[in-house]
Amino acid sequence: MPKTTAYQATIEHISILDEHANFDAELGEGVMTDEQALHLYEHMVNCRELDEVAFKLQRSGRMGTYPQNKGQEAAAVGVALALEKGKDWIVPSYRENAALFMHGLPMHYILMYWMGDERGSKMPEGVNVTPLSVPIGTHMLHATGIAWAEKLRKSDGVAATFFGDGATSEGDFHEAMNFASTLKVGVVFIGQNNGWAISVPRSKQMNSETLCQKALAYGMPTVRVDGNDIYAVHYAAKEAVKRARAGEGPTFIECVTYRLGDHTTADDARRYRDEAEVEAWRNRDPILRVRKYLTAKGSWDDARDEALKAKAKKIVAEVVDAAINVTPPETTDFFDDMYQSLPEDLRKQRETMRTSSLGQNPDQVGLKADTAAVEGR
Amino acid sequence: MATLNLVQSITLTLQQAMQADERVILLGEDVGLNGGVFRVTDGLQAQFGEDRVVDTPLAESGIIGTAIGLAINGMRPIPEIQYEGFLGPAYDQIVNHAARYRNRTRGAIPVPLTIRVPVGGGIHAPELHSDSPETIYTHSPGIKVVYPTTPSDAKGLLTAAIRDPDPVIFFEPKKVYRSFREEVSEDDYEIEIGKAKVVNEGSDLTIVTWGASLFECLGAMDNAPDDADIELIDLRTIYPLDIDTIAESVEKTGRCIVVHEAPLTGGMGAEISARIQERCFLHLEAPVQRVTGFDTIMPFYKLENEYLVDAKRIGSAIAETLAY
Ligand SMILES: Cc1ncc(C[n+]2csc(CCOP(=O)(O)OP(=O)(O)O)c2C)c(N)n1
Ligand SMILES: [Mg+2]
Repeated sequence: MPKTTAYQATIEHISILDEHANFDAELGEGVMTDEQALHLYEHMVNCRELDEVAFKLQRSGRMGTYPQNKGQEAAAVGVALALEKGKDWIVPSYRENAALFMHGLPMHYILMYWMGDERGSKMPEGVNVTPLSVPIGTHMLHATGIAWAEKLRKSDGVAATFFGDGATSEGDFHEAMNFASTLKVGVVFIGQNNGWAISVPRSKQMNSETLCQKALAYGMPTVRVDGNDIYAVHYAAKEAVKRARAGEGPTFIECVTYRLGDHTTADDARRYRDEAEVEAWRNRDPILRVRKYLTAKGSWDDARDEALKAKAKKIVAEVVDAAINVTPPETTDFFDDMYQSLPEDLRKQRETMRTSSLGQNPDQVGLKADTAAVEGR
Repeated sequence: MATLNLVQSITLTLQQAMQADERVILLGEDVGLNGGVFRVTDGLQAQFGEDRVVDTPLAESGIIGTAIGLAINGMRPIPEIQYEGFLGPAYDQIVNHAARYRNRTRGAIPVPLTIRVPVGGGIHAPELHSDSPETIYTHSPGIKVVYPTTPSDAKGLLTAAIRDPDPVIFFEPKKVYRSFREEVSEDDYEIEIGKAKVVNEGSDLTIVTWGASLFECLGAMDNAPDDADIELIDLRTIYPLDIDTIAESVEKTGRCIVVHEAPLTGGMGAEISARIQERCFLHLEAPVQRVTGFDTIMPFYKLENEYLVDAKRIGSAIAETLAY
């Protein structure tokens, strides 16, 4: 018998608004209104401002380690616009703050989180967002489970989950993809391929040239988009959400992008990245091209842009104030949500947390009542 | 002799081990060009090449699982897990494979492997970067658990771990990484795994601790009454447990406090105090006390100092135990 082709696939790449602000009128037709584009633009600008200020907060010792989102805002907002707030879910990693803000997470919560305060993850009522996920590549399974529950309840909510290129090396990623595909549940997987996992380039991370190839392995529809193009991202996200709502299962979207900053404030990307590479990507900034395009089109102008940026500064200044001036957590705060009701033993630890173990059992035979005196001796 | 901090001492040890034994290779996330997130492997890829200092894909199960294969087939791998909080994905490989191969094969297939892991709190790190999971692996038979505190101990213990025929988890207290320097011999030397160190001799009370808490204990001892003669033991190895050194000390002092960062329930303090009452019951003048972390999730850094054992809590324990 002659050899035959057992399987063949092609992966589409979508770009609508390119880095020179050229707009593909055919593909871009009806993707979003200028009003919607401006809405996303505003969110990107606010998020960028937050990033810049957060960096300074860290450098001046007012915040711990922080991972800037800078350069990757388009994927966040392009997807978030396709989702219904309060109905759909977002299961994030840590580089899509703008999506969380669009779905109702107060901006200062993100700062609180990185300022070492758990209350930054206390989602307000109606905000269907899970906390930032520090263990890389593990949270996508939760998106699959969330979508599965939607299916079991015969409702059509969608779960969108974000992660990086490095995250696709973790076993849990593959399990999440396989479960979602075989159970045919409504997950939108958004791989933000910024080319680097800290210092490890894509070429060392995987031998696959695209992340999309991994979706093919699970029989999942997939598309690769210019991740710095809100139109391309939204185009793909809208289709994926539609498919998910219709009960047709998951989609994998690869957003090709770049982080313009260091991995986190604890990192120094100059150790492993070429400045020329960074410079090239600065020109592909997702924010610049939207401004350029809408301005050329007459839907936006410099005066309004200035006003928007001034407003962003004001918003972020207020956000910083809110995060810095939040009442400090009670010293016992980390006990209180361990369980719905605290086990007796743990309650006792909470009450006596500043004492030693003997001090927790003061009625013990042999313990002298005047240890305070001994202590002060 | 060189004056080195903990990071530098471990770098030097790795460098010497790689020079001495071609089978030694390093693998992990960002350990190559970037030198690891704590720069412990800094410069080693430049010196030994990309085949021996390997930037792996981002997959802890993959790192430990392949390291097991490397070890089975004659190599001496030293994988790094970036933070203790990311041991999770590798748990199955460590506990169900690395720890069991020798016994399953009745000695035919040993797994000589040293897993390096930065551990513990106190550096204002983000979520899941400050835990103390040493007891989890201590309670998993088949693995040795080493947890040095000082640069010179780290060098001798890491050398011993690399040469050990069995899997070792080598915890490195990140709070101590750059906190102080001391003289470290550049000569080849080993410190026996499973031997505690008496840091300070005393006759009234024994304190057993390890890792960054050692410095809190020293602080508490400084503030203790002048006539309190306290013996301080740095455990250095969690498993195998050096109960002889502890028991010898407690037979002398009759009083003991165990101090650790990890949670109370099921922590090493429980094991140590049980062993003490088995071995030294008639010598005891006071109940063995534990000053430990709480049975809670390690809080984010705003409250981490509320969680971590400090000189003050240890100080009250000293006062109470002495007064008992
Ligand atoms: C399970 C796990 N392993 C390691 C780390 C340490 N770490 C944090 S971010 C990161 C790289 C992530 O790369 P990628 O998935 O591409 O996302 P990016 O940061 O580029 O957005 C690593 C190794 C972690 N947080 N969790
Ligand atoms: Mg990446």
